[in-house]
Amino acid sequence: MTKLVYFAWVRERVGKPEETVDLPASITTVAALLDWQKTRGEEYAYAFEHASVIRVALDKTHAPHDAALGDAREIAFFPPMTGG
Amino acid sequence: MQGRSVHGATIRIQRDPFDVPAETARLTAGRADIGGIVAFTGLCRDEGGRLRALELEHYPGMAEDEIGRVAQTALARWPLLGLTAIHRFGMIAPGEDIVLVIAASAHRRAAFEAADFMMDYLKTRAPFWKREHLIDGSIGAWVEAKAEDDTAAARW
Repeated sequence: MTKLVYFAWVRERVGKPEETVDLPASITTVAALLDWQKTRGEEYAYAFEHASVIRVALDKTHAPHDAALGDAREIAFFPPMTGG
Repeated sequence: MQGRSVHGATIRIQRDPFDVPAETARLTAGRADIGGIVAFTGLCRDEGGRLRALELEHYPGMAEDEIGRVAQTALARWPLLGLTAIHRFGMIAPGEDIVLVIAASAHRRAAFEAADFMMDYLKTRAPFWKREHLIDGSIGAWVEAKAEDDTAAARW
């Protein structure tokens, strides 16, 4: 099982801060996971509509979209950061 | 108050305000080898009177980790004698402090550059998101990331 966490407008569009899912074994990269998210319903299609702008972190470390998921237990999705 | 000290850097993510003189004194206490300190404080603007507050959301755990990673890069790149980074979250009113970076070194250049680098990298890599709460009571949009921040970070 993998924990998915969402922040800022991604969280608002998905409608929940986190969830635990059983990822299909065929999904091995960040890009494939973003594509899969779009298929999970209306709110996900909306949240991941412009997937190229969404940032992903694997176990709390930034990961590019071509990264392998490996054995990440917590995967986060969020907009570009606006701190500081 | 959450906090951590990583190989000479102090990183804190907190809801409460911070005390700049106290944080500076903490870096210099009991030592005489420091020749310069650069402290940068980022404040919440009122955006021409439009803003009631900024809401800062963050990713607990990753925020500390990521700022810690940026701090390690700074410590490896400049001969620093102290480094502190504090970032607040929650509701912050105009005029209040948001972020603090303090860099200490024997000579000024390293402290100036390290503090500048820390802010550029913190803005583009630390998992924080700002949302505007407006004076008319409405909740505004999530603040959009600026391309100029990426350009600033790419300088290093």
